[in-house]
Amino acid sequence: MTGLWPYFALFSARFRTLIQYREAAIAGMATQLFWGLIKIMILEGFYHGTTRTPPMSLAQAVTYTWLGQAFLAMLPFTANPDPDVRNMIRTGAVAYELARPIDLYSLWLSRQFAARTAPTLLRCVPIFLIAVPFLGMGLPPTLASGAAFVVSLAGALWLVCSFMTIITISLLWTISGDGIARLVPSVTLLLSGLIIPLPLFPPALQTFLKWQPFSGVADSPFRLYFGHLPPEALGGVLLHQLAWSLVFVLIGRLLLRRGLRLLTVQGG
Amino acid sequence: MRNVYLRLYVRYVAASVRAQLQYRASFFMMTLGQFLAIAIEFAGIQALFDRFGTMRGWSLPEVALLYGMANTAFALADMFGRGFDQFGTMVRSGDFDRLLLRPLPTAFQLLAQDLVLMRLGRILCGLLALSWAMGQLAITTDAAKIVLLLFSLLGGACVFFGLFVLQAASCFRTIETLEIWSTVTYGGVEAAQFPMPLYRSWMRDLFTFIVPLACLNYLPASVLLNRSADLGVPPILAWTCPIIGFVFLAISLRVWSFGERHYLSTGS
Repeated sequence: MTGLWPYFALFSARFRTLIQYREAAIAGMATQLFWGLIKIMILEGFYHGTTRTPPMSLAQAVTYTWLGQAFLAMLPFTANPDPDVRNMIRTGAVAYELARPIDLYSLWLSRQFAARTAPTLLRCVPIFLIAVPFLGMGLPPTLASGAAFVVSLAGALWLVCSFMTIITISLLWTISGDGIARLVPSVTLLLSGLIIPLPLFPPALQTFLKWQPFSGVADSPFRLYFGHLPPEALGGVLLHQLAWSLVFVLIGRLLLRRGLRLLTVQGG
Repeated sequence: MRNVYLRLYVRYVAASVRAQLQYRASFFMMTLGQFLAIAIEFAGIQALFDRFGTMRGWSLPEVALLYGMANTAFALADMFGRGFDQFGTMVRSGDFDRLLLRPLPTAFQLLAQDLVLMRLGRILCGLLALSWAMGQLAITTDAAKIVLLLFSLLGGACVFFGLFVLQAASCFRTIETLEIWSTVTYGGVEAAQFPMPLYRSWMRDLFTFIVPLACLNYLPASVLLNRSADLGVPPILAWTCPIIGFVFLAISLRVWSFGERHYLSTGS
């Protein structure tokens, strides 16, 4: 257990740094509320004009949208994998990271955990407080649904962090920084359900959408929240999340090992 | 005198372009990323049309027209207006003081500072959506309409550029770029991608009378689509309203020079 504490120390240091930016969080929250409203009005436009029966109700789609806004900071959305690591690789300071007597992969993974949790905690609570009473966001229908949501959120966090660590590691290859990192978010956004809820995609795509890794990032937890997936589905969701996290961790470690072999430290 | 500005602009921009092309692979990835980000959102809209059939009587090609117009205009402004968008950092670090020392208008220097080539990806995507829509809707045959479209695109770019200028001008007071501006810049392009009647009246009014995006997108598009009857404004207004974009930019530049006169350096 004592082997874990450096990572925890790093996590808590990063967490405390990131939680400083309260004003940025308030401005960001206002932006996200506005953004959510636009998305909801667009969805209403589709729901109100149709004679077909969609696979999820408007109320559910609205709740889905607000959950997406509340947990936006947790999702692989930002084009910036880890600005500090990018700078380290640019300036050569990454050499110091290598000199630390701890496992580099776990170090970078812990940084991700901090980067994903601190802003999320700041942002999600106010969005719940505003969107639930005033903006049509629903609450979980049963306690079981709520609990399943919380548990699956932890799985989602693992999935996101292990995935984003791969992106951080990919910076070792593109020195100027953000080639891949800019390509990735648009794809993951679509596949996690943040552009439109995954169940609204054509039926032919549903099997693929269910099995691909990013449904575990947002779509499955959100659907557990409002009961579109029954609480009993939690086991399957967790299994899916953990299996993909494992794959991502393996890929990450492999890439890191190869990347470090190629690494030329710049600067002096 | 004009000629001097033009020559200087070309020199400034040539330097910026050379710098961007240094890391060629990264540059192409970023351009592709810009393209993908927009294309994928469009895929989401297409999925919604697939699911719901129609959006309050609007078809996919009709929405694609709005979508193409909004994104092309925004990407144009974003390509040239980067210096203003990033202005917050400049004020905070005190770097803006250097611009004040040079015998050139600051607005010109900021304009010349950067030409973000990778926005071509977004412009390309916007133009593709636009030309697809025009092909589907058979708009291409009418010369007057083509002129209206071109003016709307230019005027739209002016509005977005004006917003970047205003955002930068606000930094004279607030020292940092407030994220809240992204509600009208990025939020504006998001909202302008869809027909205005979709939105609640407060948002419609915001994007018509305060940030006049509707005048460069929805109103002229209604003329292009022969939908001007449902507008409730005289058609002549819909034909001439792109002028508002140029006026908006002129006002923004006025605000800029006003803010500049009251600028106090952060020192360093």
